[in-house]
Amino acid sequence: MSTPAVQVTTLEKAFGPVQALRGISFDVEPGELFGFIGPDGAGKSTLFRILTTLLVPTAGEARVLGLDPVKELWKLRTRVGYMPGRFSLYPDLTVRENLTFFAQVFGTTIREQYELIRPIYSQIEPFAERRAGALSGGMKQKLALCCALVHRPDILFLDEPTTGVDAVSRREFWDLLGVLRQGGLTIVVSTPYMDEADRCDRVALIQTGRLLRVAAPAAVGAAYEGPLFRVRGADRFRLIQALRAYPNARFVFPFGDSLHYTDARTGADAAAIRADVGRYLSAEGFGEVAMEPIDAGIEDAFMALMGAPEAIATVEARR
Amino acid sequence: MMIEAKGLTRRFGDFAAVDGITFSVGEGEVFGFLGANGAGKTTAMRMLIGLLAPTSGEATVAGFDVYRQQDGIKRSIGYMSQRFSLYDDLTVRENIRLYGGIYGLTDAQIRDRTAALLARLELEHAAGERVQRLPLGWKQKLAFAVALLHEPAIVFLDEPTGGVDPVTRRQFWEMIYEAAHRGTTVLVTTHYMDEAEYCDRVSIMVAGRIAALGTPAELKARFHAASMDEVFVRLARPSDSADPDASADTSTDASGGTSTGASADASINTSADPSTDAPGSASTGTATASGDDDAGAGDGG
Repeated sequence: MSTPAVQVTTLEKAFGPVQALRGISFDVEPGELFGFIGPDGAGKSTLFRILTTLLVPTAGEARVLGLDPVKELWKLRTRVGYMPGRFSLYPDLTVRENLTFFAQVFGTTIREQYELIRPIYSQIEPFAERRAGALSGGMKQKLALCCALVHRPDILFLDEPTTGVDAVSRREFWDLLGVLRQGGLTIVVSTPYMDEADRCDRVALIQTGRLLRVAAPAAVGAAYEGPLFRVRGADRFRLIQALRAYPNARFVFPFGDSLHYTDARTGADAAAIRADVGRYLSAEGFGEVAMEPIDAGIEDAFMALMGAPEAIATVEARR
Repeated sequence: MMIEAKGLTRRFGDFAAVDGITFSVGEGEVFGFLGANGAGKTTAMRMLIGLLAPTSGEATVAGFDVYRQQDGIKRSIGYMSQRFSLYDDLTVRENIRLYGGIYGLTDAQIRDRTAALLARLELEHAAGERVQRLPLGWKQKLAFAVALLHEPAIVFLDEPTGGVDPVTRRQFWEMIYEAAHRGTTVLVTTHYMDEAEYCDRVSIMVAGRIAALGTPAELKARFHAASMDEVFVRLARPSDSADPDASADTSTDASGGTSTGASADASINTSADPSTDAPGSASTGTATASGDDDAGAGDGG
């Protein structure tokens, strides 16, 4: 295997008493699309700022493209592209002026880099003379991506590029990342949306400054300690309460139009569990309830890993 | 009806940010107000909460007229958004007191409701903490409880769960259901399409109009879609596929019969105009991307 594009060893960052990163370690391979999945406050932005030379870690080691972001920041800066979580372009400049500015800072031009940015730029080019501040959310993100890309970086860091962006624009944005990945670019991206994990080669689940897991998206779900069922029935919220009161329940969560139910009897026969739960629910007065075993997804795994029992206790106490 | 809008329209110059929307929301209903960025949701919501005068059309909120009785509206509603809700530099208790005072509660009411609220959220231990120090999920739950402090008839929630972890997101929805169960009407926007499934009814705005309205089950059936995510994608990018029943359909909405004309217009041109949310976002000063994920950590850059 070639030298990792990113190599992080027991990295820590404290802001006064606040531990933003609590000793995290991971590698990103060249050409990988690597995703950090976690809620606000998990430490994603802090990590990205350290890796892009904008913040000095409290302890631990980091290498990006083999360079030390603290000691070799000037060498590294020309080779990374960074799209911060906050819209950080110039709202009073037009789309074209913003892009030209970023190109010139790095000694290049839009024309020279046109082929590289074309898949993205072509979508906003019709609005090249519009002020960046007047673009919609999805369009702003595309412009920011162009600006992060225009100096032909060897690695891209995108901090929550799809937060607050609607479901359709989010899909389009991930399609663009797929195109860039095909071109061989290494991409490190963060998101709070669990459903975006499947677009990554590998994901790191991050929560309160710690990595819960680093693996391919499919492997994250496969490691889930079942048995897990999808449950559908009328009066969903009463159904949740009833299932939570069931003695063998481990987790009960609403998932879209159904519920995900995890039984505490690990390794037991799914059919037997289903029959048992079915008897319980009909004794509780529920009519037709459909229940089928399913494979766990990223969100199931994340909730189990982040210590869901505590959270459930909180909800139950309120009932 | 707690919300009743007929042909509600707001123009900014030539541009119709909200283009004749008609819908109603009943008491205790959880109504999902969906749409792509720039579809006009924020502008519509600002008219309904009495912050922006409509150009034309009619609407009442909790029985108050959006043109002439904006103060009545403001007293009858609660509002929270991801971007602005509580004061970071005040403690939990101070925030509750502040909002209680703004909404005209007596000292005794504020005292009683503060105690009840802290107990229900299990936040007694954090009452003296500055809000800044709370995890985002707790902040959002607190903000929601504070928005309900004066027992409003309707609460408007603008992307309340953005960036919140998956467990807290679900707890938040249980709070929404509790409120609805007590009779509070809830109008909520979200970009999480699984949350659209939790709503009693959903409207989807496209280019200033309501392109679809109904229960999640109805919409999925109408669009032959397995999930609300699919419904949303088909509507928001009509090139893929338009509402198959659009021309025939003005009656299948379960909105109490006031939704004709609003329900389905699949031929809407969404034309990828990037400026469509400009008026709304300019006037509220919102930024697209989320805030900082390191609460209280300073930016160090």
